[in-house]
Amino acid sequence: MKIHEYQAKEILRRYGVAVPNGEMATTLEEADTAAKQLFSAGNAVVVVKAQIHAGGRGKGGGVKLAKTLEEAATASKAILGMQLVTHQTGPQGQKVRRLLVEAGSAIDRELYLGLVLDRASSKVVFMASQAGGMEIEEVAHATPEKIFKEYVNPAIGFQPYQARSLAFKLGLAPAQIGEAVKFMMGLYRAFMDTDSTLMEINPFITTKDGKLAALDCKINFDDNAMFRHKDLKELRDISEEDPLEVEASKYALNYIKLDGNIACMVNGAGLAMATMDIIQYAGGAAANFLDVGGGANQEQIENAFGILLSDPHVKAIFINIFGGILRVDVLATAVVAAARKLNVQLPIILRLEGTNVEEGRQIIAESGLKVQIGATMKEAADLAVAAAK
Amino acid sequence: MSVLVDKNTRLIVQGITGREGTFHAKGCDEYAQQFGNKLVVGGVTPGKGGTMHEGWPVFNTVEDAVRETGANATVIFVPPPAAADGILEATAAGIPLIVCITEGIPVLDMVKVWEVVKDSKSRLIGPNCPGVISPGKAKIGIMPGRIHKEGSVGIVSKSGTLTYEAVYQLTQRGIGQSTAIGIGGDPIIGTTHIDALRLLNDDPDTEAIIMIGEIGGAAEEAAAEFIKEHVKKPVVGFIAGQTAPPGRRMGHAGAIISGGEGTAASKMAAMAAAGITVVKSPAEIGDAMARLLGR
Repeated sequence: MKIHEYQAKEILRRYGVAVPNGEMATTLEEADTAAKQLFSAGNAVVVVKAQIHAGGRGKGGGVKLAKTLEEAATASKAILGMQLVTHQTGPQGQKVRRLLVEAGSAIDRELYLGLVLDRASSKVVFMASQAGGMEIEEVAHATPEKIFKEYVNPAIGFQPYQARSLAFKLGLAPAQIGEAVKFMMGLYRAFMDTDSTLMEINPFITTKDGKLAALDCKINFDDNAMFRHKDLKELRDISEEDPLEVEASKYALNYIKLDGNIACMVNGAGLAMATMDIIQYAGGAAANFLDVGGGANQEQIENAFGILLSDPHVKAIFINIFGGILRVDVLATAVVAAARKLNVQLPIILRLEGTNVEEGRQIIAESGLKVQIGATMKEAADLAVAAAK
Repeated sequence: MSVLVDKNTRLIVQGITGREGTFHAKGCDEYAQQFGNKLVVGGVTPGKGGTMHEGWPVFNTVEDAVRETGANATVIFVPPPAAADGILEATAAGIPLIVCITEGIPVLDMVKVWEVVKDSKSRLIGPNCPGVISPGKAKIGIMPGRIHKEGSVGIVSKSGTLTYEAVYQLTQRGIGQSTAIGIGGDPIIGTTHIDALRLLNDDPDTEAIIMIGEIGGAAEEAAAEFIKEHVKKPVVGFIAGQTAPPGRRMGHAGAIISGGEGTAASKMAAMAAAGITVVKSPAEIGDAMARLLGR
């Protein structure tokens, strides 16, 4: 689960991690009030930042500096409501519904701090780099030696000596080391307490007067752990998500919207991915990823049809089911009932395999539904691509 | 000889009185009984110790169950909030083989679990996996036994349904399987591709191997290196998610391309370079193996 920068900074504050003062605003009036407060508190510069879940906001024109109240108002007006396009939003961009208005910082150095789960070692790794303010993936790719890492022993947690070591490698001044250790220990506690899978401070800055601060912050939570974080669940902003994905999540359907026109309904995540692959292999493009799960019943298949049919780009529906524990005839009955109930008019292409496959095919054939059955996954994919043309 | 499970496996089910636990305890036991093997010897549900469930004795703790039944394997159907604890309990009881089916365990729980399991006497399969089967002998997991056929092809896979696909394609072509190991689709798993490959490579009953991976992480790349160095048996490989967009989790918690890592292209290239017969379509797995075996 992703959250906004202002929400992430709110969490950091609770752990004693230094972040610039600021307020979230959803209207120009709120933005103006926030800017006024910051200027009257003695800040020479105010920053207006678009709050969307995608990165690369600065380059897309979603971050502006203001030295006066008028400039701040102009910046807020330009950003709030804009369709912000970044390398992570896709060409259609993301509408800006919230702003963060915060105190500008006199930046001396831009560094990087990050906490992430390292799959190879099965440990949390704390990363630091002097190459702050850049795409860390690019730094990792081109100059991996510029990223310093400390692996966290799960039994004892992140230790001050590890934070100290990273702080010195960042080239911080001796007088800053103590504060940096406190900063990093706070980050680690926030990461663990919130069941995060990623926490990035980029840039992590030193100011001209020697202070440290998190100028930006990105946090992703572990969806699997949200059952024990009712408060964090509240931070979800569904306006940042695809409406169909939000709808699907209500039915515990694993659905991801894609750009093609062949809707897919599959049991199992691996087979669902492989179905997208075979569609492309046959010359088409999948409209979605959808795993209805191993225990798909009629209700769940109805829900799935409902989601797939809500996508206006869909021209054909490819159902790829491997009946294992759940038999093919049971699934076929559910598909027929759901398709009848929802009066599905789009071409349906079925590929059924597994236990009781003959009975399943017979149920489809006798249903009177205009359903094409592919004998193999390949043949079904070809049929689906032809039907969607 | 077979890998991980055989006629001497004595299995307990953690969460045996739950719906899933009951259903699959029966499934596992019935499968083994077809071949004259007794597999399930009991189960654990805290608070229900001393009772019987579907003819099996239920214990309060794994320790009790092991002492009373001599169990040497466990399968875990405990819900996600308590599953990590279930793995740790089984590890503490010294059970050699732990298969965790549960999907949705918080990853930081697994970080702690792995720190303990890695230095223990236990082997962990999963979590978020279908389990392991040696056709004609026994199965520990949720896979449909009836699509399998005893034979000599070993399978290692991150995905349940794709494993069934591969098995089914083989069985339809008259090719049997030695052992199929579903290692799971989570970011942190006990038995990795390399661990499973090592087992299948050392298994005299396994003549060829199918390796199925998916996007996310770099385990397939590492496995390809291992195959290049150590595996002389023919290997067919498939990677799911060739068309998956970056930054999106495709169903499995671990199936995500992030920071340019974990793409299907990278995995397929590494596998091809290691001499693996890589198929682009999941429909070609069976045919590719049939060709390699000259059938």
